[in-house]
Amino acid sequence: MVTRPLAESIAALRELSRHPQFRRGMRELLPMLPGMAAWGLVTGVAMVKSGLGVGTALLMTFVVYAGSAQLAALPLMAAGAPMWVIWLTAFVVNLRFVIYSAQWRFYLGHLPRLQRVLIGYVAGDVNYAVFIRTWPEPRPEPGQLPHLLGGILVMWGGWQVMSVLGILLADVVPVHWGLGFAGTLALIGLSGSLLGDRATWVSAGVAAAAAVAAFALPYKLHIVVAVAAAVAAGLLMEGPGSSLGRPLRSSIRAAR
Amino acid sequence: MDSTDATLTILGLGVVTLLARSFFLLPQRELPMPPLVRRALKYAPLAALVAIIVPEVVMTRGALIPTWADARLIAALAAAGWFAWRRGILGTIAVGMLVFLPLRLGLGW
Repeated sequence: MVTRPLAESIAALRELSRHPQFRRGMRELLPMLPGMAAWGLVTGVAMVKSGLGVGTALLMTFVVYAGSAQLAALPLMAAGAPMWVIWLTAFVVNLRFVIYSAQWRFYLGHLPRLQRVLIGYVAGDVNYAVFIRTWPEPRPEPGQLPHLLGGILVMWGGWQVMSVLGILLADVVPVHWGLGFAGTLALIGLSGSLLGDRATWVSAGVAAAAAVAAFALPYKLHIVVAVAAAVAAGLLMEGPGSSLGRPLRSSIRAAR
Repeated sequence: MDSTDATLTILGLGVVTLLARSFFLLPQRELPMPPLVRRALKYAPLAALVAIIVPEVVMTRGALIPTWADARLIAALAAAGWFAWRRGILGTIAVGMLVFLPLRLGLGW
């Protein structure tokens, strides 16, 4: 009874692993792996150093699987902050994923709900950026799913191995080396690959300034401020045809 | 925070990850998306990444770093320069860490 679906899914997995797009997805993610691996290691160490037991830390790495949200939540957990504060902070740090998911919808919308939700759950920043670069047209195309699954497998595997190592070797890993900076460097490269025309440059500059200026806001809300300012700047840069630009400009004229 | 609370917090954080990453994948029907929102999607992901990265590089304990003698600043500039030149992410990480580690470990920046 149980063995047949099991055998079927093993066969499906074997077929998937032979798919050329699956291998391409794995290959395209490999350059990001060192940065993510170092970041995973540091996150693993950070969980134990902030007072979580090994079992709780393992639970966190496998259930949460979101490095920046974990690092934002840990000091709050250590300080005994109320749960809703921790959850809200993590959600704000994760807001970019909400934005990504709007785009995932164009590619994955035709899949059964459970399947697309589970794929979304394990698809991080790097998966998103690489996928969008490979498939810029927002519509489903053959080969996309194996490509995405290959990338998810590489990222998930690399991250979890290093995070578990960090949890187990927390007392040996030299924290003062600042190895987690490799994760920031990987995100710098990732941002670079999203920069294109002048409007995206201006928009990114506005995001940087707004994030620093609004950094003192609680619950990491500076990210929300930065996104709002950057989107407004980008749309204004698009010129007179912009549907946000027109009402904004005419109201500025009216104010004069 | 005792271990029951920690476990509960972590399970909640898992739900937060799921909700955020699958936000627009959850509804059964496609949500109508105004054209303005569609165009905002071009700028929003980059802005969110920048808003996470830049404070990590230029701020310490909630204030701008007062000096240029900081390993993060110089390494981030070197990494960004490398990316602009060669556009490879692996090289960006390698160059950044090659600049960062000697400054951090050797000079204590």
